Amino acid sequence: MKPATFLITLINGLQLGSVYALIALGYTMVYGIVKLINFAHGDILMVGSYVVLFMLTTVFAAQTLLAKVIAVAAAIVFCVMLGIVIDRVAYKPLRSAPRISALITAIGVSLALQIIAQLIFGSEQIKFPQVILNETLFKIDKKPVKSLPIITCCVSVVLMIALNLFVNKTKPGRAMRAVSEDMGAARLMGINVNNTISLTFAIGCTLAAVGSVFYAQKVGYVKPLMGSLPGIKAFIAAVFGGIGSIPGAVLGGFVIGMLETFVNYFASQYVDAVVYGLLIVVLLVRPAGMLGKAVREKV
Amino acid sequence: MLKVEGLNVFYGAIHALHDVSFEVKQGEIVTLIGANGAGKTTILHTVSGLVRAKSGKISFQDQNITTTEAHVILKHGLAHVPEGRRVFSQMSVQENLLMGAYARKDKDGIAEDLEKVYMRFPRLRERYRQMAGTLSGGEQQMLATGRALMSRPSLLMMDEPSMGLSPILVGEVFEIIRSINASGTTVLLVEQNAAMALSIANRAYVLETGRIVKEGSADALMHDDDVRRAYLG
Ligand SMILES: Nc1ncnc2c1ncn2[C@@H]1O[C@H](COP(=O)(O)OP(=O)(O)O)[C@@H](O)[C@H]1O
Ligand SMILES: [Mg+2]
Repeated sequence: MKPATFLITLINGLQLGSVYALIALGYTMVYGIVKLINFAHGDILMVGSYVVLFMLTTVFAAQTLLAKVIAVAAAIVFCVMLGIVIDRVAYKPLRSAPRISALITAIGVSLALQIIAQLIFGSEQIKFPQVILNETLFKIDKKPVKSLPIITCCVSVVLMIALNLFVNKTKPGRAMRAVSEDMGAARLMGINVNNTISLTFAIGCTLAAVGSVFYAQKVGYVKPLMGSLPGIKAFIAAVFGGIGSIPGAVLGGFVIGMLETFVNYFASQYVDAVVYGLLIVVLLVRPAGMLGKAVREKV
Repeated sequence: MLKVEGLNVFYGAIHALHDVSFEVKQGEIVTLIGANGAGKTTILHTVSGLVRAKSGKISFQDQNITTTEAHVILKHGLAHVPEGRRVFSQMSVQENLLMGAYARKDKDGIAEDLEKVYMRFPRLRERYRQMAGTLSGGEQQMLATGRALMSRPSLLMMDEPSMGLSPILVGEVFEIIRSINASGTTVLLVEQNAAMALSIANRAYVLETGRIVKEGSADALMHDDDVRRAYLG
C-alpha cells in the first residue's frame, strides 16, 4: 500500500468510524440507562436522512446554505421528538416487564419505521442532495483529499467532546449517570427518572440525526432500509467497546470503521466476516467489551 | 410529623404489609425492629414512594403523600438512606454528596451543608475525590448518610445502617444517628440490631411478617419479655 493510498484509506476509515461512533453512542447511552437494546436506533438515521431530503426538495425551492442549515436542524428536532415519543409510547409501559418484551417491541418499532417510510416515500432509493461541501482540499500523489470526510470527523469529534463534558460536568449529566447506575437511588435524590430517560433518548437521536446527514451524503442516496446496516455495525461497535460505556462506543465506532475500510481495500468480500469475527473474539476474551465494566446485575 | 395508617402493600400475589400503622413525631428517634423479611424495607420504600401501597394513607407534615412520586417526596423534607447504602460507585465522594442536593437550587446553602457534612465526617473530606465504590463499608455508610443530609431533611429514614459493619463501627454509626437527631433532625430507624436501636430510640414498633405486633417506648420494649426472647436473645 502506497503512503498516499494509506492516508486516503485512513481518512475514509475515520469518516466511517465517526458515523458509527455517533450512532453507537445512542445505543450505548440508552442501554446504560434503561438496559434496552434499542433496535429502532438505526432507523432514526434513516428518518433523519428523509427529513433532510424532504426539506431540501419539497419545502425549499433552492438549496441555499440557509435552507441546508434549517433542513439539518429540522432533522435533529424531528428525530429527537420521534425518539422521545417512541420511548414514552412503546418502551415506557414495559419498564418493569421482562427485558425480552421490550427487545421484541424495539424490533417491532424498527419495522414500523421502515414500513411507514416506504408508504410515504416508496421503497426505491432516492438521490440525496449535497448538504455538506465536498470539494477537493488538496492532492497527495495526485489523489484528492475531499472535505466531506474531514468535516465529518471534525464535527463528530467536537460533538463527542461536548457530550463528554455534558455527562461529566453538568447537573443533568450527573443525573444521567446516577440513573444509569441505580434508578431507585437516583429517585431518592429527587431525580425525575422519566425526564432523564427522555433526555438520554434526545441526545442519542441528536447524534443519530447528525450522523444521518454524514452517512446519506457519503453513500449518496436514501431508502427506507438504509438504517439497518449502519445500525448493526454501530451496535457491534457499542458491544465491542462495552455496551453502556460512552468512551467504549467511540472507540468501538472508530475501530470498526477503520477495520471495515482497510479490509475493504484489500479484500472487500471479507469485510463482514472480519467485523463479526472481531466481535466474537472480543466477546470471548472480554465479555464486557473493551472498556465495559464487569456486569453487576442489580436486584 | 409522619403518619402511616392502614398500609397494605403487595408484591404481585405476596401480601408484604398488612394494615400497618405508625407515627413519628417531630424530634423523635423512632425505630422499627423485626427479623429479616418482616417488611421493614418495604415500609420505608412505600413511604418514600419507590413502592406503591394498595391501600392506606401516608401523610407527612399534614400533607397526603400516599401517591406522590418519589422524586417529589424528597422535596417535602424526607430523606432516605437505603438498605445496602447504594452510593453511586462510579462517582467521587463529593459528586455523591452533591447528588444528595440535586433537588436544591440555593448554591450558598448547598456549600454550607457540604461543609457541615465534611465537619461531621472528616474521613469523607480526606477522600473527597475518591470513587465511592472504593470506600470501605463504614465509609460508604457515612457517605450515604451525608448524601441524605445534603437534602436538608426534616425526617431522615435509615434502613439497617449497621448492616455488615464491625462492632466498633456499629457503635460509631449509632453515635452519629444520635448526634444528627440532637441537631434537630427527626429519625426513623429500621434495624435488625434491636438492642442498639432500642438503646438510642424514644419509641419503637415491632414488625412480624408484615404486621405491627407491638409498640411502645423503647425502654418498655427493652424490658418486654417477648421482645427480649425474640430479638435481644
Ligand atoms: N421486590 C420484591 N418482589 C417480591 N417480593 C419482595 C420484594 N421485596 C421484598 N419482597 C418480600 O416482601 C417481604 C418483606 O421484605 P422486606 O421489606 O425486604 O423485609 P425486611 O426489610 O424486613 O428484611 C419478604 O417476604 C420479601 O421476600
Ligand atoms: Mg430490609
